[in-house]
Amino acid sequence: MENFLQHCINGLSLGSIYALIALGYTMVFGILKLINFAHGDVYMVGAFVGYYLSAFLGLQSQPSMVSFFIVLVTSMSVCAILGFLIERIAYRPLRSSPRITALITAIGMSLLLEYVAQLVFGPDPKVFPMVLERRDLFQFGEVSLNNYHALIVSVSLTLMLLLRFLVLHTKFGKAMRAISEDITTASLLGIPTNRIISITFMLGAALAGAAGVLVGTVYPRIDPLMGVIPGMKAFSAAVIGGIGNFPGAVLGGIIMGLSEEMVAAYISSSYRDALAFGLLIFILLVKPSGFFGKYQPEKV
Amino acid sequence: MKKTSIKMSISTALFVLFSLNACTKKNDATQQASTDNAKPAASEILIGSVLSITGPEATFGISSKNAIDMVFEKQNALGGIDGKKLKLINLDNQSKPEESAIAITKLISQEKVVAVLGEVASSRSIAMAPIAQSNQIPMLSTGATNPKVTQIGDFIFRTSFIDPFQGPVLSKFILENLKLKKVAIFKDIKNDYSMGLAQFFKEHFEKNGGQIVTEQSYSAGDIDFKAQLTAIRSKKPEFVYLPGYYTDIGLILRQARELGIKVAFGGGDGWDSPKLFEIGGNASEGCYFSNHYSADAQDPMVQEFVKDYQAKYGSVPDALAALGYDSALIIIQAIRSAKSLSGPDIRDALKVIKDLKGVTGTITFNENRDPIKSAVVLKIENGKQAYVTTINP
Amino acid sequence: MIALAAATIATYLLTPYISSFYLQMLTLAGINVVLANGLNLISGITGQLSLGHAGFMAIGAYASAYFSLQYSDPNYFLLSLLLGGLFAGAFGLLLGLPTLRLKGDYLAIVTLGFSEMIRVLFLNMGSLGGARGLPQIPHHTNLTWVVFAAAATLFFIHRWMNSYFGRAFLAIREDEMAAQSCGVNTTKYKVMSFSLGAFFAGVAGALFAHQLTYISPSIFTFTKSFEILTMVVLGGLGSLSGATFSAILLTFLPEVLRPLQQITHIDLRMIIYSLLLIILMLTRPTGIMGKREIWELIPWPKRKA
Repeated sequence: MENFLQHCINGLSLGSIYALIALGYTMVFGILKLINFAHGDVYMVGAFVGYYLSAFLGLQSQPSMVSFFIVLVTSMSVCAILGFLIERIAYRPLRSSPRITALITAIGMSLLLEYVAQLVFGPDPKVFPMVLERRDLFQFGEVSLNNYHALIVSVSLTLMLLLRFLVLHTKFGKAMRAISEDITTASLLGIPTNRIISITFMLGAALAGAAGVLVGTVYPRIDPLMGVIPGMKAFSAAVIGGIGNFPGAVLGGIIMGLSEEMVAAYISSSYRDALAFGLLIFILLVKPSGFFGKYQPEKV
Repeated sequence: MKKTSIKMSISTALFVLFSLNACTKKNDATQQASTDNAKPAASEILIGSVLSITGPEATFGISSKNAIDMVFEKQNALGGIDGKKLKLINLDNQSKPEESAIAITKLISQEKVVAVLGEVASSRSIAMAPIAQSNQIPMLSTGATNPKVTQIGDFIFRTSFIDPFQGPVLSKFILENLKLKKVAIFKDIKNDYSMGLAQFFKEHFEKNGGQIVTEQSYSAGDIDFKAQLTAIRSKKPEFVYLPGYYTDIGLILRQARELGIKVAFGGGDGWDSPKLFEIGGNASEGCYFSNHYSADAQDPMVQEFVKDYQAKYGSVPDALAALGYDSALIIIQAIRSAKSLSGPDIRDALKVIKDLKGVTGTITFNENRDPIKSAVVLKIENGKQAYVTTINP
Repeated sequence: MIALAAATIATYLLTPYISSFYLQMLTLAGINVVLANGLNLISGITGQLSLGHAGFMAIGAYASAYFSLQYSDPNYFLLSLLLGGLFAGAFGLLLGLPTLRLKGDYLAIVTLGFSEMIRVLFLNMGSLGGARGLPQIPHHTNLTWVVFAAAATLFFIHRWMNSYFGRAFLAIREDEMAAQSCGVNTTKYKVMSFSLGAFFAGVAGALFAHQLTYISPSIFTFTKSFEILTMVVLGGLGSLSGATFSAILLTFLPEVLRPLQQITHIDLRMIIYSLLLIILMLTRPTGIMGKREIWELIPWPKRKA
């Protein structure tokens, strides 16, 4: 029983990370109907920015919440800029091209980021410096809850709530929702579509960057290919929750995290990656619109 | 329809003939007969190597190459072998088996090397060996530990000990030195080296009265091991055998300590790297691993090697560098005592190498062309590797 | 037909004259031609973007390797190749069936997932070597076989495209909904396309296994799928000669770039591939050949009507 609780805690923190990344996927898909393959790599860049920043500012010698937040915010900003650039350079020119073209470009962008990262950062893994010390908060029996777990969940939650506020209660959010309904009409109504789309990308990228820093802090090994598998899993999570749907992405992320943990614990760890795809395929066959999505019939 | 197919036939035929022609033309210019064992330039001895300079396992290849370069330089300063300078031609393989095959073919048929050093990994060595064997060029693998490598043919040799030897090393250590009987195994299912070591460890351990309480696996590159570690924790082992690469070990150790697992962990030479302490930190204190050599061994030859390497490259050499060093020594010895520079002659000279002193031990090849030598067990103390004991074959 | 026979015989005769390095490169090029055209069939001609081609290659490789390890007589090689192809084709069928309802992006991701799952499966199968791979596969492949296979592939696909089935594939690519309204059973043909493409990938995988004499799951990764995709996209989705040409080009490119790499010590190949893809998509998404074939470009003397 204790083990099960431990697994739940682990699964929840893992799930929160997936949720953060999944939100980025869902936002972009909702607006552009495009799967941003490069999103997982933005997460990786976030982690590396955190790494280099900490080294640069020498924050390792003074671990604290403040250090952590400095790293977090800076990383999020850098990733936002990266998101903007990716959209501007690779996706905007292809807005009216066939989907297959945009998809291939996205794949190319993802690989480009990975290989340039290998070139610039070196292919071997790096150790993310400890910007926040680990403290056990809670221990009964064999189950332990430490401040890392709490950090991941609380930061993710905060960011998600901020996003929700943005989307539901601001004019910007309204514009975003309009564009995801029908981009042509939205632009006819005077919404600056290009600007909104860019900002959406930036927001998604910032979230991915935050996830990168969180992961770097808690699991201190980072390497240029660290975004590949989590990216795919987060995408699956977004689809499970209903792609284009925000609460769905969060739910999908949690489900993904928990099931991965359980499979690794009770069946075999070697299948934990295969699980993500298995779930994806399953959902696509059973309910392609995901948990919260709407069935959208294709109109001729 | 008929018209298109005629057009098609003609153009494809033209195209095929054209490209074949282009390729054969290139060859005629660069070589005469189809023998691939023609002699190199008279003043140089060309030795090829296939070591990963790029790709995820680049660090292993780079260490090995550094050490080999060092030895060749020293030898050339002494006048080379019989007045001929040694030249190392290294082709990168991007840490991939298929690229290794291409690289070795190029070395043998284009560059006309007399021998090939490589690779550090078993999977890539296995991809390369058949080509060396069929071309009768001796190949000396610097770090492959899978027994299958040398089984491919009698031109294939290796410098490092093999998994069936290394696995039992730590098993012996645990049973006899640490006197523990209940061990859990945590192996990397994506890594051939890890799987091999785990298998041989288990066989030896159980045969000698030990008990494997559980066997768990992870995939290289995972970041979260808590699920499996929790399972290990519940079986209460006295030691955990973790034969993976340092890239994952550090993280695993940390998470194990976070979960409250206090027993010692141990592994094989894949642990050997300063990054291990960086990532693992305090969690790696008190852990053990088997290795090819120890940087603080008292042997003067080792000390000189460490000093020279550090002076030239700025870091303490790892086990792969040590193996590279010894490989270079072996090949020099063989070329020196060989009757000629032909493949079969060098091979014969390699076969009879006996008691060659290297930094990883004294090397004698057995009938499988694997070296008979000892392993050392190292302990991590105060963030550094400390020598504990030597286990002999 | 004549061209194929000519090419095969020519190769057979010329083989002893080609140095082993070029022999190896040409063999690999030929294997890539089969791979690229298989993917071309699925993605270029039928318009279903598949990112999982390496998975089919793996199945073919393992199936035929296993067979060869049991029956290593070279006379059985053809059988071994066909076995590899058939197994892969069967999996293509398996993949095709459940994914019928998916479009574009989703299908791509699912094919990717499938390929990864296949790889993980092989990783966990101790009997096929797992992470340690399958060594000592008999070296049956030689250039003649490969050229034969490549020629046969091209011939087959070309004939196929001019048949009723091929037209159905093209129709699905152009506008699936319209095709369906015209009575084309899109389901059946999409699955068929996957199976066939997978068959060729399987044969290529078998050839590859018997060339390298060693296979392991680490060879058949998404990166490999991506490399094959690059070949097809560069050549032009839907063009046989385009895919063939770029397959050969991209096989030789890393060797051509090797001196550059020796100097700079960096692996530029993948960076160039990804940049190539992005720039290609932005500037000339139809690839080099577009949807045309090379013989349509040569100015034949026109017959007088």
